[in-house]
Amino acid sequence: MSMTMTEKILAAHAGKEQVEPGDLIKARVDLVLGNDITSPVAIREFEKIGVNKLFDPGAIALVPDHFTPNKDIKSAEQAKMLREFVRKYGIIHYFEVGRAGIEHCLLPEQGLVGPGELIIGADSHTCTYGALGAFSTGVGSTDLAAAMASGEVWLKVPPSLKLHYSGSLQDWVGGKDLILYTIGQIGVDGALYSALEFTGDTIASLTMDDRFTMANMAIEAGAKNGIFLVDDKTREYLRGRYEKPYTIYTSDHNAYYQQTYEWNVSKLEPQVALPHLPENSKSVRELGNLYIDQVVIGSCTNGRIKDLREVARLLKGNKVHSDVRLIIIPGTQEIYLQAMREGLIEVFIQAGAVVSTPTCGPCLGGHMGILAKGERALATTNRNFIGRMGHPESEVYLSGPPVAAASAIKGRITHPEEVLKDD
Amino acid sequence: MIKGKVWSFGADLNTDLIIPARYLNTSDPKVLAEYCLEDARPGFSKIMSPGDIIVAGTNFGCGSSREHAPLAIKYAGIACVIAASFARIFYRNALNIGLAILESEEASKDVKEGEILQINLEKGLINNLSTNRIYHAKPFPGFMQELITAGGLIPYLRRNLAEKEQEV
Repeated sequence: MSMTMTEKILAAHAGKEQVEPGDLIKARVDLVLGNDITSPVAIREFEKIGVNKLFDPGAIALVPDHFTPNKDIKSAEQAKMLREFVRKYGIIHYFEVGRAGIEHCLLPEQGLVGPGELIIGADSHTCTYGALGAFSTGVGSTDLAAAMASGEVWLKVPPSLKLHYSGSLQDWVGGKDLILYTIGQIGVDGALYSALEFTGDTIASLTMDDRFTMANMAIEAGAKNGIFLVDDKTREYLRGRYEKPYTIYTSDHNAYYQQTYEWNVSKLEPQVALPHLPENSKSVRELGNLYIDQVVIGSCTNGRIKDLREVARLLKGNKVHSDVRLIIIPGTQEIYLQAMREGLIEVFIQAGAVVSTPTCGPCLGGHMGILAKGERALATTNRNFIGRMGHPESEVYLSGPPVAAASAIKGRITHPEEVLKDD
Repeated sequence: MIKGKVWSFGADLNTDLIIPARYLNTSDPKVLAEYCLEDARPGFSKIMSPGDIIVAGTNFGCGSSREHAPLAIKYAGIACVIAASFARIFYRNALNIGLAILESEEASKDVKEGEILQINLEKGLINNLSTNRIYHAKPFPGFMQELITAGGLIPYLRRNLAEKEQEV
């Protein structure tokens, strides 16, 4: 019987010839991930299991990235708990502050995730690695604890939804706009428990950074995972990073899809998601005058080098609006360095932005840019839930990096064209 | 058998509303419980009573993977969460930590705040004592039933590891 690429990866990791949507399987994991918020709960649960070693100290990645550099004493205690666990059990892939980054920017960059693998992480945006043709999904802390001990995870095989995009994208439209548009079309539970398979000529033309952005937000449609075909761009990205041999899975031509969506996106405009759900996406031109207090550019969704280059293109020779705080957060130390070498950081600072060390920080209302009551932010992050970035009566709008940069200059949410017109 | 008073919530009740990130610098379940659902209904942990039941719409628990969310609900003393559907990570987490959940569109639509429900978890039967209506929840597949019976993933794993050792 035919299978989708998601089903093939799951079957291979469950030691089965065949799996079908709805099957409950016990699957072998290639890598498990935890961060400074989710690992402390996992460590406590791990110690209840009664084993004295990890299934493989080389297959566990722990990344302190959410409340680090430690934002307060309690966060420092949690980060310390992580560090002590790493030392006790000899975990190899631990990334200390200064050598770390936002987990979902970091792991692909460090070559820790690759095609055909099965990765679970105690962070909902673990679905990011589907951009590399892996099955990758977010779980909770207890799952992380169990997998650290056993090397296995229980999973229900998801039905697949095929998303087919055709047409060339307009200027300033990228992966973020495609995924916001998609969530707007299918809803925040439009892919509940399902696998999203991204296909079509538009997808083939996207950079890897755009694909990471799209896979990253599969969870915002409720999906279990999002997955992309491995092509030359994937191979190019993996070269020099991922050293292991890998298996490329493709979906059979007659594989079962619960549903197929087809969109011609050649006329798609840059998208903005209005409070308080990512599904409230609209074309930026449909919005009236929406004045903003803060712009955040970064996160596991849009903190990569392509994002920073787009931002610099708009900020160069311009100033951040006097009423706006612009916070730019490169996703990893490597991205930060690359941006420095290209002169992007200087452009940001000259324009009046603050540039921060890599952290999830403001995205989840942790630190480094919390909103006061009544404030409005535009962010390249992934969620605009009530209170997400601070006070429950603050507002978060979501967009891609070009709209965010242009809006920081204009002081209201706007199309990047408006900035270029002035030049 | 669970018997308790209902608190109603809408659709897409996300993990930020269940436990905002400003409280995630601790993983102490008792502290988390104090702030349970704070941004959805300020002061919720003070007005609810242990044994109460939450009834909500679709996609309950969407958003983050934070297990702090089901932990906050469980340690606040909520006996069961009934929703039309659950977001998948929340669903996993609830089963893994032993928080009782039931999926029932019927109950989600019909039950009103303040009504009293009696729930038979094993049978998935929800009896609305205030209106005398009965709803049937979606049954759990075999393996998940085992998880629930064991009291969560860690007790389940401990038992399995112990059995494996005995075999050796």
